[in-house]
Amino acid sequence: MKDTRLLMGMPITVEIADPESTLDSLSEVFAYFHYVDEKFSLYKNTSEIAQINHRKLPESQYSPDMKTVFALCEETKKLTDGFFDIKHSGRLDPSGLVKGWAIHNAAQKLRHHGYRHFYVEAGGDIEVAGLSSRHQPWQIGIRNPFNIRQIVKVVALTNGGIATSGTYFRGQHVYNPKKFHRPITDILSLTVIGPDIYEADRFATAAFAMGRPGIEFIESLPGFEGYQIDNQGVATFTTAFNRYLSDAKDY
Amino acid sequence: MKKTFIAGFVVVSFVAYAFLEQVKSWGFGDDSTLPPSRSNSAPNPNLTTLNSGSSPKPQTAAGHFKNGQYTGDSTDAFYGNVQVRVTISSGKITNVQFLDYPQDRDRSLAINTVAMPQLTSEAIQAQSANVDVVSGATATSQAFVQSLQSALNQAQ
Repeated sequence: MKDTRLLMGMPITVEIADPESTLDSLSEVFAYFHYVDEKFSLYKNTSEIAQINHRKLPESQYSPDMKTVFALCEETKKLTDGFFDIKHSGRLDPSGLVKGWAIHNAAQKLRHHGYRHFYVEAGGDIEVAGLSSRHQPWQIGIRNPFNIRQIVKVVALTNGGIATSGTYFRGQHVYNPKKFHRPITDILSLTVIGPDIYEADRFATAAFAMGRPGIEFIESLPGFEGYQIDNQGVATFTTAFNRYLSDAKDY
Repeated sequence: MKKTFIAGFVVVSFVAYAFLEQVKSWGFGDDSTLPPSRSNSAPNPNLTTLNSGSSPKPQTAAGHFKNGQYTGDSTDAFYGNVQVRVTISSGKITNVQFLDYPQDRDRSLAINTVAMPQLTSEAIQAQSANVDVVSGATATSQAFVQSLQSALNQAQ
């Protein structure tokens, strides 16, 4: 059973391969993403994060989820030498962490319902569990940043998360007007595989911001593998990335 | 409180890592859990287009625009806004500049990469395998296309 909805400004797909899956379970997952969007969207004035940024909500009244996300952001900032930072121009923006966190929580809801074979995908970030309906590990393509209709790699995952950060625009200068007007042109995408999508996504986000050394940061993290594509179409990958390749034979 | 949290995380991470390594040694190392190998890594002859401009350029950009600079709408990519400015010369797009982009991470610190192992590189190649799902940064590119389209609308 599989369904796709447009939520949080992106397509979200849930597929459950367990034979006894119900529509209610899918609906519950989508309802959860709707809840997250209502709470964490920077673009909805009624969201809690917008209320916080408008100084309309004192810290003592933050919801448990908001406190959790802030604590996770703080921890991630420390783990990434400050490359992950939610404070910008006096505003708090935890959305770089919320997406992976929400996907992982959605996957946990499915696990609590007893499902063992599924994936949850939001905007190209995925958490998988068990096997696909073809009774094999989930086959996940890594998108070609030069041509979004192509894939350049297929990885096989049974349990874990895979996230891609990227610009996908070759030869164009990406500037951050709030910072140093430093163009980011050399790296187009960085895909990270980790124990779950929350872990994979937050480190993909931080490592991508590091530019070319990002893949070395992923290499330094135990339990994570990465595949980085530069603007010349050259991919650089971590030492054990190959073990996830769909056609790997050497282990 | 914070220290306890971090210390707790370190312990949990260590245990989780040990567990993962254990799982890898039982599970993913076992050939029986592998998918059947496939011949999906054959080079695709179409790939010569990779380095010759197959990046997503707007289809409508063929010489119909008025010269000047146009700023697109700021478009929500969830991670932040994307906003572009296009420059049209001789009726064609000659430059696309990002005015805003969800690069909201501090980049002021250098990463210490002492004694890193040599990483492997390869030229990317398109694959023709059937996949269940695709990982990629789509949300931002859709916002890019929207902002670019709104800039080009002004250049009509």
